[in-house]
Amino acid sequence: MTQPLLELKDLETSFPSSAETVSGRASVVEGVTLSIDAGEVLALVGESGCGKSVTALSILRLIPKPGRIERGEILLEGRDLRTLSIPEMRKVRGNQIAMIFQEPMTSLNPVVRVGDQVVEAIRLHEKVSRKAALARTLELFEKVSMPDAKARLRAFPHELSGGLKQRVMIAMALSSHPKLLIADEPTTALDVTVQAQTLELLRDLRQEMDMAVLLITHDLGVVNQLADRVAVMYAGKVVETGTREDVFRQARHPYTKSLLRSMPALAKPQEPLYEIAGSVPVPGEWPAGCRFVTRCEEGDDFCGEEPAPRRRLSHSHACWCHRVEGVQDES
Amino acid sequence: MLIQAHVISNYVVAALVVGVLLLGIGILRSRLWRRSLGTLVKRRPIALGIVFLYILIALLDSVSWVGGTHMGSRGSEGADLVSLQEPQSVIDRFFPRDFQEEGYAHPFSSTHFYTDKALRYPGRHILGTDINGRDVFHLSLSGARIALLVGGLTSLIVIPIALFFGICAGYFGGRVDDAVFYILSTLASIPNILLLIVLVQAMGKGTLQVCIALGITSWVGFCRLARGESLKLRELDFVRSARALGASETRIIFRHILPNLMHLVLITFVLLFSGLVLSEATLSFLGIGIDESWGQMVDLARLELARDPVVYWNFFGAFAALFGMILPVNMLGDTLRDILDPRTLSEDS
Amino acid sequence: MIAYIVRRLLHGVGIVLGVLGLLFILFFTVTSPEGMATKALGEKAPPEAIAQWVTNHGYDRPLFWNPESWSDTLLVDHYYSMLSFDFGRSDADDRPIMDRIKQGAKPSLYLTVPLFFIGLFLSLSGAMLVAFFRGTFIDKAGLVVSVLAMSIPTMVYIIAGQYILGKVLLWFPISGFDRDPTMVWKFLMLPVIVGMIESLGGGVRFYRTVFLEESNRDYVRTARAKGCGELQLMTHHVLGNAMIPLLTQVVVAIPHLFLGALLTESFFGIPGLGAAMVEAIHGNDFSTLRALVFIGCLLFIVAQIVTDIAYTVVDPRVRLK
Repeated sequence: MTQPLLELKDLETSFPSSAETVSGRASVVEGVTLSIDAGEVLALVGESGCGKSVTALSILRLIPKPGRIERGEILLEGRDLRTLSIPEMRKVRGNQIAMIFQEPMTSLNPVVRVGDQVVEAIRLHEKVSRKAALARTLELFEKVSMPDAKARLRAFPHELSGGLKQRVMIAMALSSHPKLLIADEPTTALDVTVQAQTLELLRDLRQEMDMAVLLITHDLGVVNQLADRVAVMYAGKVVETGTREDVFRQARHPYTKSLLRSMPALAKPQEPLYEIAGSVPVPGEWPAGCRFVTRCEEGDDFCGEEPAPRRRLSHSHACWCHRVEGVQDES
Repeated sequence: MLIQAHVISNYVVAALVVGVLLLGIGILRSRLWRRSLGTLVKRRPIALGIVFLYILIALLDSVSWVGGTHMGSRGSEGADLVSLQEPQSVIDRFFPRDFQEEGYAHPFSSTHFYTDKALRYPGRHILGTDINGRDVFHLSLSGARIALLVGGLTSLIVIPIALFFGICAGYFGGRVDDAVFYILSTLASIPNILLLIVLVQAMGKGTLQVCIALGITSWVGFCRLARGESLKLRELDFVRSARALGASETRIIFRHILPNLMHLVLITFVLLFSGLVLSEATLSFLGIGIDESWGQMVDLARLELARDPVVYWNFFGAFAALFGMILPVNMLGDTLRDILDPRTLSEDS
Repeated sequence: MIAYIVRRLLHGVGIVLGVLGLLFILFFTVTSPEGMATKALGEKAPPEAIAQWVTNHGYDRPLFWNPESWSDTLLVDHYYSMLSFDFGRSDADDRPIMDRIKQGAKPSLYLTVPLFFIGLFLSLSGAMLVAFFRGTFIDKAGLVVSVLAMSIPTMVYIIAGQYILGKVLLWFPISGFDRDPTMVWKFLMLPVIVGMIESLGGGVRFYRTVFLEESNRDYVRTARAKGCGELQLMTHHVLGNAMIPLLTQVVVAIPHLFLGALLTESFFGIPGLGAAMVEAIHGNDFSTLRALVFIGCLLFIVAQIVTDIAYTVVDPRVRLK
């Protein structure tokens, strides 16, 4: 087996919490183990507040203080990013791993021309003249199908629409040919038509540039269009991983099944939409056993007592649930 | 028969205490406020204690009556120094009635500073005496009353007025807003200190005049803030939905706008308080402050620093009393802002 | 752009007229000309002397409305003399007020200009430093020191500075002024140092909040994600955005400068406008006071207009509407 591009092992990230815990902190992400192969699209799926974004930010070590990574390994081509010094880490950010964010409206510096922001990204990692960087930026803008690219170099963010701003973000992310692109809800804040265009762009670019993508979304439609593999997260933990087919066709975890059932596109017309009762509990107030137990339709008393074990269902498919039969791993 | 001034002021103090207590009870009925204030008590117990001590001193110094006894007086000796008809406050009564020397005395000294004449109360003036022989410690304590008057009373008058105009302008907009905004920008175009000076010069010196002048200069900032916030709140979904449900304007203002401004009111009150006391000190230097305030004491004391050997204690006493109050108040203001102002809260995941 | 400036200027004119109206109300209706005369001449002045003073100043004319000639009222006179900078003579020593203002402007600028720029520079650097080390010991210590510094009245800074640096250490002359530009720095050192220390507490605290608020924004995260170092982040991204609230604060500081100058000048014996104003207050010189206050307001209004125009340069989002 070849080495994966990025591997997360037992990642745990915590924030200070008002909930009654011994340390005064609550883990928002706990025991997350994931891997992404080169060139592959892994979708991280789950409701709001289940730790997807924190996982993504942890990879780049961009957790805002006073949050911190408690334990685990973040291996990029076998090298643990947690052991890197800050300057070394800076060379990884935007260079080997780039990231685009949910809010294109606020993610660009409002007082700097968009062209200059991309130029900055290029020149942070390569010693090139401003002029050369600007030429590269123009190419990038054309690559992300920015209409009227040349004039847009001198535009300020507020002069661009949300979709165009996201294109600037993508151009910035691609500026140094990253091996991995983390896209945190890249289309959530956009209009539906623009969403489709942006997704298409992402799909094309990924093939063209052969980079891996960690796609974070709560929109299963997006997952279906883009992802090779899927990891479902609930309350800070991964509950099911598998290929797109595994998860969409043969979902085993009750949470995944509920998510799929609540997708409007899959529901039959005239039938009331399915909804999962309740909402994700606040970090620090998570149940002791399986975390989904409070909302699970299949669970029994035992589920609330012990954390759910990992069950391997096939070489690509795994699930963390007491009620699912399968080969139990040691961990 | 005419009611004497000190009796009226006793009633005013009583009414104020009752009013503040009722307001406090009203606020504490809200769970959110209870929790915020609980956090405040947990984070800044010492500062709160000091502020309460100052308030207590000020209150005790505001209640006065004629006759009665003083502590530690030495018989009738020198009793004629203080007229028997003059009302004495509780704080006054902690000191002997004739606690007065003939000029400067060093702290704890038993003789006068420039002559070797024995003091009437040797070793009892823990902060010395001033040029008129008055006890600096006693004067410093009495300054708390003036400070509370300047800071507290002024902001209690200012905040409701500012809130009223701010909300009206922000919520109703249109002509009302134009008018209020014009007044605000005109007032704001006169640098604070100049406006203060002009107002006091025009109205004449005096406690009430200074309070009014401070009030006029300080309502502008808060009114702007209230206007801006109500403008924002007006557009928020919960206000819109209340309006869509047919709630009356007064109901919206009292149920939805006002409660969402309360945290600003509290922060402003605390920060305004210290600002007012410091402004009064500046006015005192300009000779238009309030008599017997800490500012005036510092101003009088500065001339003494040039003396040789230096007379430092009355400067020190007034400054320590002033600083000892402003610092905890500022700290409380800071902490309150941390607790109540959501902008400074850290991001959640 | 030009339309914007014109509109902004017109608004400024409206404000100036309003300020003048307010000054008129305060000087002529809240206090009467007789009141001014009593203050200027003393409580015991005979009624004839007061009447004479009022007549001499031309204050015996009607306030708002004169049936014989509409322009012969105090109100019109007030507006006319202020707007034409014809301030008349001082109530105290009968010298033309304009002369005093011309004399005082230069010493005031000698003091406030270095004070302003050095103070701003130090406050900004201090704020960046504590914001850079946010959450650490340095940040907390910086905050405590600023709150401490903010709790001390201006007067105490001046007195302490004069006492420690001037009287005990003998580093600088305690007060005085020299109109010779090559000698003046000696006298300016102490007031500038004192003024700087005084403004530092509030400055650091305010700018720290601005910087911290900016550092929590999404674009900062984006910049980090593309590998931007903390220093470049602060200077390149955060400072640029912080310029906007910063500009406002700078303008708010201009009257504060006036206040600083007010106390500082008279304490340090610098014959500037601030000292002139303190003299006017002590001497109940209403004419001079009115003129100085008007000049102060005018400067402030101009500064505000300049800021608003500067916004359009600093912040591309400000639309020229």
